[in-house]
Amino acid sequence: MKHVVKILSLVVAVSAFWITLLQAAIVPQSHTWLLPIYFVVSLGCYGLLMVGVGIMQFPTCPQEAVLLNHDIAEAKEFLSTNGIDIGTY
Amino acid sequence: MADVKERKGDGKNKYSIIIPTYNERLNIALIVYLIFKHLRDVDFEIIVVDDGSPDGTQEIVKQLQHLYGEDRILLRARAKKLGLGTAYIHGLKHATGDFVVIMDADLSHHPKYLPSFIKKQLETNASIVTGTRYVKGGGVHGWNLMRKLTSRGANVLAQTLLWPGVSDLTGSFRLYKKSVLEDVISSCVSKGYVFQMEMIVRATRKGYHIEEVPITFVDRVFGTSKLGGSEIVEYLKGLVYLLLTT
Repeated sequence: MKHVVKILSLVVAVSAFWITLLQAAIVPQSHTWLLPIYFVVSLGCYGLLMVGVGIMQFPTCPQEAVLLNHDIAEAKEFLSTNGIDIGTY
Repeated sequence: MADVKERKGDGKNKYSIIIPTYNERLNIALIVYLIFKHLRDVDFEIIVVDDGSPDGTQEIVKQLQHLYGEDRILLRARAKKLGLGTAYIHGLKHATGDFVVIMDADLSHHPKYLPSFIKKQLETNASIVTGTRYVKGGGVHGWNLMRKLTSRGANVLAQTLLWPGVSDLTGSFRLYKKSVLEDVISSCVSKGYVFQMEMIVRATRKGYHIEEVPITFVDRVFGTSKLGGSEIVEYLKGLVYLLLTT
């Protein structure tokens, strides 16, 4: 099935659970009404947290730039001795 | 004829490497050298799809053909800039390998990772092996904080909405079984890097076995960057499109 259908079914299932909670009144209704807001805010916070963690743990590779420069020098030497017109870079 | 096959280390597998180019006169020569350096015992061909570069990229490719052989380097040019997706389709028509590698010409994708792609595919019999910059062993150099922020934000959003099954959605350094690429590409309609996202998401939806290998990505050593300003809007539109149609 299409992905969006999966997501909508999830939303429907969660909504049904929420409505049941409202009707059954196990938890005070005033709290239950706010649950969707809590959920959306938590989701937002979680997302921001994942972005923050991701940035902090972002894998970097400065040594690769050095290696690349070596490779470029090696390539240029080979190419110019074999007749490829590398130009003025 | 039997000993010709035995000399090629990987047996009968042939790899077609499609490289779309636009104004990559210097980079294309460098990348061809590096590919030949790192794939010594592999049967491969390089297919350069140049979109009518005004800087003489095609002349350089012809010189490279004299050096390395016209059977190893194919120049399949087009008249003008026609976009990445169609460049791959065009290259695919001329590919004679069992596998197709797509990569960028600007040296952000380093040919030294090609053996690890090939090895991963042979070990796992995956339909697609995609390079990821975002895991341990991979990485990026040359990105400032803003760039990292947008990349990470875009990734978290895409993971939450699409459940794509890969860690690097917009990466374009990939190895495909040729038949798989033909199947996936025929159902993709997006442009630019959303196209790369669409390819991998559609492949996931179709149930293809996808593996990842870490790659390092050094941003833009030579040449001019082709990234523009309205990227965020295009990206969001692309996400919604993928959410609704895959």
